[in-house]
Amino acid sequence: MEKATSVISWGNHLDHFLARVGVRRAGGHLVKPGLYALGRPTPDSPVFVTANYTLSFDALRSALADRDAYILVLNTRGINVWCAAGKGTFGDGEIATRVRATSLEQVVSHRILILPQLGAAGVSAEEVKRRTGFDVRYGPVRAAGLPEYLKTGQATPEMRRVRFSLADRLVLIPMELVHAILPTAAVAGLLWLAGARLAAWAVAAAVLAGTALFPFLLPWIPTRAFSTKGFALGGLAMLPFATAAVSGGGALWLRLLSALAYLLVLPPVTAFLALNFTGATTFTSRTGVKREIATYIPVMAWLAGTGLVAALATAVARWVVGTP
Amino acid sequence: MSVAQASSMNTLRYFESLCVNCGMCLDVCPHAVFEAGPEVVRLARADACMECGACRRNCPTGAVAVDSGVGCAAALIRAALTGGEATCGPSDGSRGGGSPGGGGSSCCGGPAKPEAPEER
Repeated sequence: MEKATSVISWGNHLDHFLARVGVRRAGGHLVKPGLYALGRPTPDSPVFVTANYTLSFDALRSALADRDAYILVLNTRGINVWCAAGKGTFGDGEIATRVRATSLEQVVSHRILILPQLGAAGVSAEEVKRRTGFDVRYGPVRAAGLPEYLKTGQATPEMRRVRFSLADRLVLIPMELVHAILPTAAVAGLLWLAGARLAAWAVAAAVLAGTALFPFLLPWIPTRAFSTKGFALGGLAMLPFATAAVSGGGALWLRLLSALAYLLVLPPVTAFLALNFTGATTFTSRTGVKREIATYIPVMAWLAGTGLVAALATAVARWVVGTP
Repeated sequence: MSVAQASSMNTLRYFESLCVNCGMCLDVCPHAVFEAGPEVVRLARADACMECGACRRNCPTGAVAVDSGVGCAAALIRAALTGGEATCGPSDGSRGGGSPGGGGSSCCGGPAKPEAPEER
């Protein structure tokens, strides 16, 4: 049996930081699956089940400071509890396999496994009981709620709710940025080299609006669909650029066409990034996301397509007329 | 079987007549969709259901039905484009992270769900 402590070291903090900015260590942020002894557990000590993702494992062990317990780490391939449960890797089969592989029934005298509540999406308590003889108890959503849960033996309704607080959202922004940075830099760089510096900045602004501003402002943008929230945010972000385009040089119709291009091409980009953020939230349903894709992806495509035509027409006209 | 209570926003259906009031759905639902009642559980906030499927898997009498699955736009769009099944996260053991299908989202492939650091 492996040993575990409840201390989060500087190395662990660095690992968490790297995970948050999307830098993967060799082999991922993995914990070796198996049974861990925290403190000096006896056969009566509780057994907590978690995923083999460092952020999950570390949240659990640090919440169990000064306690004696067993931690059963499932092999979820380095994925957090909730996502792994959705995929089924945090599930009945893996629990049964891991209980058997660690001979848990010989280590502890009781027959209780405490699972994180969010693992329930991949687990059937009845099935685990049938396959392992262990009773499943669902603890609170957050490991931080465990001390109280262990004291009272139950999770309060508040501890059973998933939230999506400002802090929860802010911590996701680095990852969103990392995903978008390469294509954005490529497009903005090309525009810059082509002399369209305002357009290069506009592309950067639209992407920033979708990846950073959107998660930050999410609950306060007053529409329901993520796409419409994104359109609104993207539209606002493009206003300064459209204004700059109108007040630039050349014939009035050219300036207006150029402004129109900004307002048509880039808000759909922000909206698309916003739509993609559904995958990182804690409350969107598959039905809702499917409906949104069906409704808004065509709108995004049409607007962006029309806008690109306008942008090309502007560029060609300027070239023909000879005004920069 | 009685008529199902349902929401127009999602695929959740609740058959009250099958409920044995074990309270399992109250324990597993992360959005307080169900509420405790004197004899059966009450469907209190059906529209808040995110279709995670935890209640369906843990209901001992099949009183809850829901079509659960990946709700990530990137995965769904990729599935629509390739004609495949929507899936997230690593398809094999070698990809410990990264966004599904290279989409611009931090869902399951990465250290994603915001509860990741806190949940266990």
